Amino acid sequence: MSFAFTVNGEPVEVEATGTRRLLDVLREDLGLTGTKEGCGEGECGACSILIDGAVVDACLVPVSQARGASVRTVEGMADDGRLDILQQAFLETGGAQCGICTPGMLMAGDAFLASGAEPSEVNIREAIAGNLCRCTGYTKIIDAIALAAQRSAAS
Amino acid sequence: MERPSLTVRSLPPGVIAPDTQPLVIPTDAPAAGRASPAPPLRREGPAKLNGSAMYTDDLVVPGAWFGATIRSTQPHARLIGIDLDDAFDWSRVVVGTADDIPGENIVSLIDDDQPVLVPVGGEIRHQAEPCALIAAPDRATLAEARRHVALRCERLPAVFDPLKSETEFVHYTVERGNPAAAMAGAQLVIEGTYRVGHQEQLYIENQAMIAVPREDGGVTVHGSLQCPYYIHKAMKRALAMGDELAVVVQAETGGGFGGKEEYPSVIALHAALLALKLKKPVRMIYDRHEDISATTKRHPAVVRYRSGVSGTGELIAQEIEVIMDGGAYCTLTPVVLSRGVLHAGGPYRCENVRITGRAMATNTPPNGAFRGFGAPQTEFAAEMQINRIAEALEASPLDLRRRWVYREGDVTPTGQVLNESVGGIEVLEAAAAESAFDRTHAQTRSMREGRTDGARTATGIGLALAWHGAGFTGSGEVRLASVASLELTEDGRIRILTASTEMGQGTKTIFPQIVAGALGVDYDEVEIAPQDTSIVPDSGPTVASRTAMVVGGLLIRAAERMRAAVETQSGRSFADSYGEVGPMRIDEQFVPYPGEPFDDERYTGDAYPAFGWAAAVAKVEVDLDTGEVAVRDCVSANDIGRVIHPILAEGQVEGGTLQAIGYATIEEMKLIDGRYLNDRLATYMIPTSLDAPRLKSILVEKPFSGVPHGAKGIGELPMDVGAPAVVAAIHDATGVWIHDLPATPERILMALTGGPAVPAPGVSMEEPAPRTPPIEDLPAGGDKMPFRAPTDPGEPR
Repeated sequence: MSFAFTVNGEPVEVEATGTRRLLDVLREDLGLTGTKEGCGEGECGACSILIDGAVVDACLVPVSQARGASVRTVEGMADDGRLDILQQAFLETGGAQCGICTPGMLMAGDAFLASGAEPSEVNIREAIAGNLCRCTGYTKIIDAIALAAQRSAAS
Repeated sequence: MERPSLTVRSLPPGVIAPDTQPLVIPTDAPAAGRASPAPPLRREGPAKLNGSAMYTDDLVVPGAWFGATIRSTQPHARLIGIDLDDAFDWSRVVVGTADDIPGENIVSLIDDDQPVLVPVGGEIRHQAEPCALIAAPDRATLAEARRHVALRCERLPAVFDPLKSETEFVHYTVERGNPAAAMAGAQLVIEGTYRVGHQEQLYIENQAMIAVPREDGGVTVHGSLQCPYYIHKAMKRALAMGDELAVVVQAETGGGFGGKEEYPSVIALHAALLALKLKKPVRMIYDRHEDISATTKRHPAVVRYRSGVSGTGELIAQEIEVIMDGGAYCTLTPVVLSRGVLHAGGPYRCENVRITGRAMATNTPPNGAFRGFGAPQTEFAAEMQINRIAEALEASPLDLRRRWVYREGDVTPTGQVLNESVGGIEVLEAAAAESAFDRTHAQTRSMREGRTDGARTATGIGLALAWHGAGFTGSGEVRLASVASLELTEDGRIRILTASTEMGQGTKTIFPQIVAGALGVDYDEVEIAPQDTSIVPDSGPTVASRTAMVVGGLLIRAAERMRAAVETQSGRSFADSYGEVGPMRIDEQFVPYPGEPFDDERYTGDAYPAFGWAAAVAKVEVDLDTGEVAVRDCVSANDIGRVIHPILAEGQVEGGTLQAIGYATIEEMKLIDGRYLNDRLATYMIPTSLDAPRLKSILVEKPFSGVPHGAKGIGELPMDVGAPAVVAAIHDATGVWIHDLPATPERILMALTGGPAVPAPGVSMEEPAPRTPPIEDLPAGGDKMPFRAPTDPGEPR
């Protein structure tokens, strides 16, 4: 079957069975390998992407559910190679170590910033609770999201 | 345990007189005393942040097939046959067995006991042991083929409890003074038995390897790995290849923590065997289930401990017995046990010590390297003892440590004189001050005393102290004889050549940083060559907290030589002239640090070139109804020698601390019939952002003079202190000691209420696993969705 949707603003059309995981469609059919797989069962959040602004685990979403939707992945964040505010904040605070959870964390953080919620520590912890990180202990990730929120508010 | 009668009620105050004032770096202020106050940004950070960093499964290899491993589902058996069902057309796939191994059927490491694949007629020693391999052009064909292969086995008796095992891998004894006589004269003797279970590294990127056969008959493997030259050695032996034919290239690696130290040799050999037979590239990408089921864990351990305190309040005797469960094969067990034994006394002065260690074989998947490498197990026991002694003496656990912690000039159980860089007291004071330990401890005590029966929660604070030897144990670094190189390329670029891998800890950032500093050029002017065995020399494995200290030290010396050579030749500064002087290559090889050589037979001498020192204070809240523990706050102070990059260093401390908190509270592998029962991320839990406290790291600098930059190891150190601090805080809150890790709600409730006994961690239940019925046996009309049986790890997605 054929499924049309947009990825990072670009219209795409893929031929796939409707149950093919959106994660595989992104990584293998569209070559967008920035989205990672950590567990394949919705526990780790490494494959977090945004569908119409909502954070979802791409390993749990069949491509049929993306029909007509607006999909955002990590590849859509940097503008012409320039890191966006959130990515830059991760770089400066040390929010990325091994980097494998980072694309998913960025998506969760991106949705949090877009929500306009108060960037308190407890709110940020809640926002990234579905994304496991084994390297950082989360402190510097939280610092990064708070810094990005502060810079966004100032700009 | 009955409390012995006491003659010591209070102790004289400890002497606090550090010879040199250490530099304590406030982590929220610019670092003082360093040339560049703003450390460089992570070198590969932008690629990781924009999604372009290429991890193994991201690599596109045209024409690659998919590989899978057929594993044992018995803990101990004779492999009678590998049955390929005629219903499947086997010409569609390639099957690999032990018969296809061109060299020796050995995964080369310390001992030669582990086969690459169990041969027909051979012995299966654990659940998940690899017996055959399949490669197929696509995942659907691979899944179909897997369903048509069966292992015919004759079951043999299995051993799961290391205390019942009769097969020993290795044993050690460390002895100093006369512990038996000293113990007999002690005024207070505290005994305890402590047990810790398996812990999964749980790097978020699963094990992955892609093998590409080459026209010259060799094979190149690209993978997620820590130690390129370990794999290189294993390939040369099992594939009967020379140095040039076997090539190992590290892809971006999504975490290791020790879990990618030895296991990648297994998966690389499997992928390479299939690729050589097929003459096409083969991808072996584990899913989480296969990764947890089959790869190494932290060694479970039983530590029996007896401490003797004199009437004047001195620690005068320690008798310690350590038993570790190595699992089915030796892997790195001898060195894990060695480190565990050498750290078992804790960072405390004691004249009479006897430590024995034994590692036993069981029919469980082999245990291996994990951050801390034996020390977290034994130092948990050591700190439990110190905290229980403080309780018995009615002394402050802080004061007791102030009194007993090693100072410069003290002698360790192996006879090593701690001449310099001894930061135990400084980290202790820093952590105590930051957490207001004394004041909080007094508050929690009065809260506990005033608590009524109806109280639902309890708050506590706990303290722990640890040491961690930096670099390889004993004569390990001398035997490794690592080489690190620096080159000026023909076109005038500066390039670092080492096999030290980046897996998140910051190798690719700190190496250019320190080389740039030594050469007097900008960070961006120094490149780092890919970790590819055809390009870089063997600078040893990226393990043992040795990279910054040992390999970093070699690089600085190489840079100093290069700078002198260039400046002599050009007559100008290196920065102004290096572009005109190349090509040039400097190879710097390890020379032993000063000190007393270690005697591997007698276990005497300098066990480590230097020690890192760490103190942690944890605050917890315990739900008295459910036994659940919330760690609210954790301060970790670490003496790591001279700090190279404060942000990366804090990142190591924070990450290691949270792994230790997970080890203390929720991370437990359960086993049945020798296989891991909770072998999925849905059932093996690690802390989320909501479980994690805000982590506060304090860096303390007591430089090590054996290396030009004064750095010591950092990676493992914070892992040693978190768990005992949390368990001490649980005791402070509830009044009960939890002797087994993790301190789960079940264990806490059992201690509080005398509820049903909780099995010891790390020991498999004996019952055979309940089997999921084959799908054709399910009632008609039921759920016909294909599923993966829990005993079938690794079915490709």
